[in-house]
Amino acid sequence: MSAAGSLPLRRFAPPRSTWSRLTGRDGALRRLDWPMLLAALALSVLGCLLVYSATRGRTGLTHGDPYYFLKRNILNTVIGLALAAGAVRAGHRALRGAVPVLYILSVLATAAVLTPLGATINGARSWIQLGGGFSVQPSEFTKITITLGMAVLLARQVDSGERSRPGHRAVLQALGVAAVPVLVILLMPDLGSVMVLAVIVLAVLLASGAARRWILGLLSGGVLGCVLIWQLGILDTYQINRFAAFANPAFDPSGIGYNTMQARIAIGSGGLTGAGLFHGPQTTGRFVPEQQTDFVFTVAGEELGFLGAGAIILLLGVVLWRACRIAREATDRYGAMVAAGVITWFAFQSFENIGMTLGIMPVTGLPLPFVSYGGSSAFAAWTALGLLQAVKARRPLAPA
Amino acid sequence: MSNIPESGRTSRVNIRLIVIQILVVSLLVTLGGRLWYLQIRNGDQYTAEAANNHIQQVIAPATRGSILDARGVPLADNQTRLVVSANRTDLMKMKDKGHGVLARLASVLGMKPEDVAVKVRLCDAKTPKPCWSGSPYQPIPITDAATPQQALQIRERAEDFPGITAEPQAVRRYGAPGGANAAQVLGYLSPVTSDEMQKAKQSNSPLVRSDQVGRSGLERQYDAQLRGKAGVTRYEVDNLGRVIGKAKSDKPEPGSNLITSIDARVQAIAERELDQAMKDARQELDRNTGVNYKADAGAVVVMESKTGRVVAMASNPTYDPNVWVGGISGKDYQALTGDNSDYPLLNRAIQAQAAPGSIFKVISATAAVKAGYSFTDKYNCSSSYNIGRQVFTNFESKGYGPIDIGRALEVSCDTVFYDLAYKQWQKDGGNNPKNPKDWFYKTARQFGLGKETGIDLPGEVRGRVPDRDWKKRYWEANKDTWCKQGAKAQPGDYAGQIAKENCESFYRMRAGDSVNYSIGQGDTLVTPIQMATIYAAISNGGTLYNPTVGKAIVSPDGKRIEQIKPQAHGRLPFDAKTRDQLDGALAGVATEGSAAWRFTGWPQKEIPMHAKTGTAEVAGKQTTSWFATYTKDYTVVMTISQGGTGSGASGPAVRNIYNAIYGVDGNGKIDPAKALLPAPQNGLPRIDKDGSIEAAHIDPAPSPSATRREDERPQ
Repeated sequence: MSAAGSLPLRRFAPPRSTWSRLTGRDGALRRLDWPMLLAALALSVLGCLLVYSATRGRTGLTHGDPYYFLKRNILNTVIGLALAAGAVRAGHRALRGAVPVLYILSVLATAAVLTPLGATINGARSWIQLGGGFSVQPSEFTKITITLGMAVLLARQVDSGERSRPGHRAVLQALGVAAVPVLVILLMPDLGSVMVLAVIVLAVLLASGAARRWILGLLSGGVLGCVLIWQLGILDTYQINRFAAFANPAFDPSGIGYNTMQARIAIGSGGLTGAGLFHGPQTTGRFVPEQQTDFVFTVAGEELGFLGAGAIILLLGVVLWRACRIAREATDRYGAMVAAGVITWFAFQSFENIGMTLGIMPVTGLPLPFVSYGGSSAFAAWTALGLLQAVKARRPLAPA
Repeated sequence: MSNIPESGRTSRVNIRLIVIQILVVSLLVTLGGRLWYLQIRNGDQYTAEAANNHIQQVIAPATRGSILDARGVPLADNQTRLVVSANRTDLMKMKDKGHGVLARLASVLGMKPEDVAVKVRLCDAKTPKPCWSGSPYQPIPITDAATPQQALQIRERAEDFPGITAEPQAVRRYGAPGGANAAQVLGYLSPVTSDEMQKAKQSNSPLVRSDQVGRSGLERQYDAQLRGKAGVTRYEVDNLGRVIGKAKSDKPEPGSNLITSIDARVQAIAERELDQAMKDARQELDRNTGVNYKADAGAVVVMESKTGRVVAMASNPTYDPNVWVGGISGKDYQALTGDNSDYPLLNRAIQAQAAPGSIFKVISATAAVKAGYSFTDKYNCSSSYNIGRQVFTNFESKGYGPIDIGRALEVSCDTVFYDLAYKQWQKDGGNNPKNPKDWFYKTARQFGLGKETGIDLPGEVRGRVPDRDWKKRYWEANKDTWCKQGAKAQPGDYAGQIAKENCESFYRMRAGDSVNYSIGQGDTLVTPIQMATIYAAISNGGTLYNPTVGKAIVSPDGKRIEQIKPQAHGRLPFDAKTRDQLDGALAGVATEGSAAWRFTGWPQKEIPMHAKTGTAEVAGKQTTSWFATYTKDYTVVMTISQGGTGSGASGPAVRNIYNAIYGVDGNGKIDPAKALLPAPQNGLPRIDKDGSIEAAHIDPAPSPSATRREDERPQ
């Protein structure tokens, strides 16, 4: 359609329809970051296939329906997309008012996990069973609410123009907001989520423009905390074993070492092009535990080879690269902080998840964003993606 | 515009965001690099590991080839037993986990259903025996004694018995046809070791825990050919070991059959005669020691003179190799190998060594000719020989006056050889040797002593030529012990005096050493197979053949036949004239010399017989009997440890072996119909189109009471 032909049409058009509001020159759809959205969608589709491949033979998990996981996965993605759309439509600034409520809700839900409502899976008490085969993992949502909560507090004075960077008071408040859910999750104990939250806090603080000593202080505090946790023996044996197995792959070959070894064998045997989707012997033979969730990357490695697994890393790269652009081009400090939080969350979680299957990171129970099976993680990831899109949508249009 | 800044960025924030971006990119690059390293760089290694992971092998052992005699009579073959087995993988796929099938099977086999059920359950910590401890993918045997009728029922109603097989299975059998046990020649099988399995893992014929491997004799020598190639079926399994697919299947290839040059009939007679000769010797009084001969071990070799092929090889004491079949019991193993056993596993024809005594004189005679002494000159056969104060007696002979070397061999006159050896020792410089020629020692090496003959049996020993080199090395190794013992020696302590003497001078070639050596006494060691090779070479004109037992390897379908051709490893160092002179002298031994009394009435004209007797001294033991004989076609060498004189202990047995081969009766009459092997067996037994090898008829072993008639023994 040429610009000359369309202008007269629009000029004499009746009040704008929903469709034209979406597709118009300054419409919401035009403002979306399409490469990022398509990359995330591609990851979700790949994830559906990989999860299906890993689960279709596991009658113990699928209750006899080989499509059980595929159906739920598609449903999760659709809900996730709806959440993302909601976030875009609301806009990240408009959400500001709802942040305190969302934050308190997520902290309560997280705390509820510690009550008899919670369920323990793989050593961590991170889930709440909802019945009907559904369960939520509230810690996934705290990744969003901590990002938003901190960003609200840190951006208040900056975006109002009062200061060029957040004051000490704001920083302290923000850290307090982060500390509450982190402590709760530490009690579960869900070390992986704590690590993700820690990098989110760090990234949001960095993007806020807070004084350097806060960053350095936080870093050294983190190191000190790690030493303390180790010294005080807060870690469970299973967590220590995971680190031991990471340091020495021959450790506990029938326990956690088995996981890492089988994961590495599955990926390594994929070669350049892989065994073909649904044709990986390691996957078909169910040698890798937790393959539909935390170890989903091994399915890609084995069945799709270096090309397929590399494509997943590349797609994640597209999402993160676009997100970094959004952060840098954000029109407000609040948006930059939200974007930075989401970027480090996705990046660290992806690195940790893929890294553990490749044997360069210790094993923790973190899903691969958009790819792993899991409702809570899919909802959280898509909502976060919606927030990134919302930040971008706020940007003034480049001159036509 | 309001006072809200349109950009959330300051330069500080911007730099920080770029730092985050760089970190993110480097994390992703790290992942990509690691992925490349695992999948592309080390992909092959992980592919192999993955295959190990999910591929399970079921190995069907190949049927081992038979070992046949020269006429196709099986010396070692396989006995078929009907084995009914259950395939656990198939049973577990059924709705009732195979209970119904097993119950039906129990009723067909006449067993209790519980007994069948416990056989197919897998062993684990909680399961008491009986249970299956092998691979769950391997068919589990329910019984190995099914009747043909039961097997037929199971096979014809295959739909009622899914997962059940009734197959004949091969078990090794050493049939001792006609009484030819040949235990040490055949060898035995025993279960494979973990090391061997590890080694064979990457080969194209992997071994399984139940496999048997040849441990000695022909079973070991030709193990690779006899074993064949195991069939391998590869199953894909899941993490719990459940079969999810069949990957690859190779059928087992049965092993090749080995045709030997052994004639089971001659072998049986050789074994029987050796045993009888030893029993007889034990009835004989040894005048030197005042007790009967112990005759604790013996061996006999019957060889084709012109090819080195072994027609019979017996070693005594012996045993029944069937004790190994199906796993040897601890008690049996102790009886075969324990300190109190008489070591029946040893093949004394190739693994026992002793001084040769006078059968060595053919070497001394050749050495004398090489050294320049004429075969036909006269040498004084005195009754004893003095060197300084030492007196060397004429053991087996008396004084005959001046005789030639041929006559000296005939009557086994020691003093003639003493004289020749002493003179040669003096020529070589005596106690101060200067470029010694050492003809007597050099010649012994040229006759093949001091090294293996190269027979196709494992574990052959070398024997020993006690030349200057050896004496030096032996002295170095033992001087400390000797000197210590010699220093403490009291007058009258014979052993002590010897030790002292050895300490002082063993490294030297002493006159006494050379003199003793010339008649086959002292430190020389030979094996029966070495002497058989030498006498066969004298018979055939001088070619030292590598003795062979294997004659041909025939593929299971009979299409490929690999002949094992006779190979030579040297020639005797004499010219034709000397050979003929030796030949004549050895014929004289049989007709008018020291063996003549054993060959009374022998049809010498028709079948010229040659012989040499030997009686070797062994310190602290009774004498070793040696008897070496040959005709133009066969060479027979027998030895009995602590058995007495050569002709005395071994003579009748050797004569009986010849009688049987040529069909000669007690009076020297030849009956061609009774001759077992008047000429060596050329060619191979008939091989049918289906690859089976036709076996000639063989009479069963005679009952022990009918072994030997007294009148057959020549006196």
